[in-house]
Amino acid sequence: MGFLAATGRAFLIFLEATGKLAMFTGAALSHCVRPPFYPRQILRQMVDIGYYSLPVVGLTALFTGMVLALQSYSGFSRFQAEGAIATVVALSVTRELGPVLGGLMVAGRIGAAMAAEIGTMRVTEQIDALSTLSTNPFKYLVAPRLIAGLAMLPLLVLVADIIGVFGGFLVGVYRLDFNPASYIGRTWEFLEPVDVISGLVKAAVFGFMVSLMGCYHGYHSRGGAQGVGAATTNAVVSASILILVWNYLITGIFFSTK
Amino acid sequence: MSQVPPAHPPKISLKNVHKAFGQKVVLNGIDLEVGRGESLVVIGGSGTGKSVMLKCILGLLSPDSGSIRVDGEETTRLRPREREKLLHKFGMLFQGAALFDSLKVWENVAFGLIQGEHMPRAKAKDIAIAKMGAVGLGPEVGELFPSELSGGMQKRVGLARAIADEPEIIFFDEPTTGLDPIMADVINELIVKCVKDLGATAVTITHDMASARKIADRVAMIYQGRIIWTGHANDIDNSGNPYVDQFVHGRGEGPIKMQVRAL
Repeated sequence: MGFLAATGRAFLIFLEATGKLAMFTGAALSHCVRPPFYPRQILRQMVDIGYYSLPVVGLTALFTGMVLALQSYSGFSRFQAEGAIATVVALSVTRELGPVLGGLMVAGRIGAAMAAEIGTMRVTEQIDALSTLSTNPFKYLVAPRLIAGLAMLPLLVLVADIIGVFGGFLVGVYRLDFNPASYIGRTWEFLEPVDVISGLVKAAVFGFMVSLMGCYHGYHSRGGAQGVGAATTNAVVSASILILVWNYLITGIFFSTK
Repeated sequence: MSQVPPAHPPKISLKNVHKAFGQKVVLNGIDLEVGRGESLVVIGGSGTGKSVMLKCILGLLSPDSGSIRVDGEETTRLRPREREKLLHKFGMLFQGAALFDSLKVWENVAFGLIQGEHMPRAKAKDIAIAKMGAVGLGPEVGELFPSELSGGMQKRVGLARAIADEPEIIFFDEPTTGLDPIMADVINELIVKCVKDLGATAVTITHDMASARKIADRVAMIYQGRIIWTGHANDIDNSGNPYVDQFVHGRGEGPIKMQVRAL
C-alpha cells in the first residue's frame, strides 16, 4: 500500500506542477498581446538576449562547424566520401546544431539570469511592489522576456548558422586543403530553404522555452537565497530538457517521411 | 430601534476573513475597521498574520473566506482590471523597501506615475524630486542606484515612492525594522508628516512599540490570526488585556507562547 500511495502522491504533484505551468503560460501569453506594452523593457531584453549572447553563441557555432568538418573528414575518408563534407557541415549546422547548441547556451546564460533576477525580485517583495504601483508583473516582467526570447533566438541562430558554416570552411580549406570555391559550391548545392527555416522555427520555440522557464521558476521561487538558487538550477535544467524534447518533435513535424 | 447608518462607510473593513496555507491557519476570522483619515497600528508578534492581512487587503493574496471592503465596495471578487484600478488608491512601504534595483532612485519614486498613470518622464521626474525633498533627500540622490544607499535611505526612498501618486490609503510594513533608534525615529516622524499632509488613511504593522506610540491614532493587537484587542493609542498601557500587556511591556512570561515555525 505504501508503494501505491507514493506513486499516487508523485503523480498528483506532477499534475499540479503541469497545471500550474499551463496556467502561468496561458496568463503570460494573454498579457503578451494585450496593452499596455512596455517597449523599453522589450528593447532591454532584446539587447540582453540577442546582442550580448552573440559572443558565446558565435564561439559555440564556430567550433562546432570546425570540429564537424574535422570529424566527418576522418570518418568519410574511410569510404572515399570526403566530397560530402561541405554538405554535411551545412545541413548539420542549420538543421540541428545551430539551434540546439545555441539554445542550450542561451538557456545557460539567459534562462539562469532571468530566474535569478525575477526570483530575487520575488523574495525581496519587488514583485508585490509592482502590483501596488498599478503595474501588472506579468506585463512588465514576463511578457517582454517571452517576446524578446521568441524574436531574438532565430536571429541569433541565423548568425550562428553562418559562423558555423564558416568554421567548417576554415578547417576544410586551411587544414584539409579543399579548394575554397568548390567547398562553397558544395555547401550551396544541397542546401534547401527548409533546412534553414526548420532551424529558425526551432530557435523561436527554444527562445520561448528558455524565457518561459526562466520567468516561471523565478516567479514561483520562495525562501531566500537558497530558493533563488534552486529556481536558477531548475530553470536551466528544465529549459535544456524542453529544448531537446521539442527539437525531436519539430524535426518530426518537418522531416517525417511517413 | 433601527440603527442609523454612518455618514461615511469605513475606509477599510474586514469581516471574518480567513486564510490558510495548506494545514496552517494564518488568519482565523479577522474583524477590523479603519476609519477615513485614521492611522491604525496593528501590533503583534512575528508570524501572527500581520503581513498576510495586508496582502489580503491589497489582493496580493486572496482570502479563503470573509469580506474585505474598501470605501464600502467589496474587493475579494474583483477582476484583475478592476483590481489594478483599486490599487491606485493604495501606496505601500515594504519591510525591505523593495526598491527596483535595476532602476535609478528617481525612477523608483516616479515608477507609479510613469507606468501606472502614463505621465511623461520629465514631468514625473520633477514630481519625484519634490517627493524626495519631502522625505529629506536631495535631488542628487535621485541619480544613484538603490544598492548604493544605506538601509535608512532606502526606507526614505520607499516612503517617497509610496506617497508619490498621492494615495488615499498607505500601508507601512514594519517601517522601522532593521534601523537604528535615531533613524527609526526620523522615519516615524516622516510617516506622521506624510500621512497628515496627504490626509491619507494609514495602516501600519509593527512590533516596535516606540513606533506604534508615535504613529498610531488607534491600535489593534493581532494574535493567532484574530484581532484580540482594539483601542485608542493612549489606552495601550492600561488595556486590561493580559496579551496586550505582555506585548507592550515586552515580557517573556505571560499568556503568549512563542511560535517555532515560520508562516
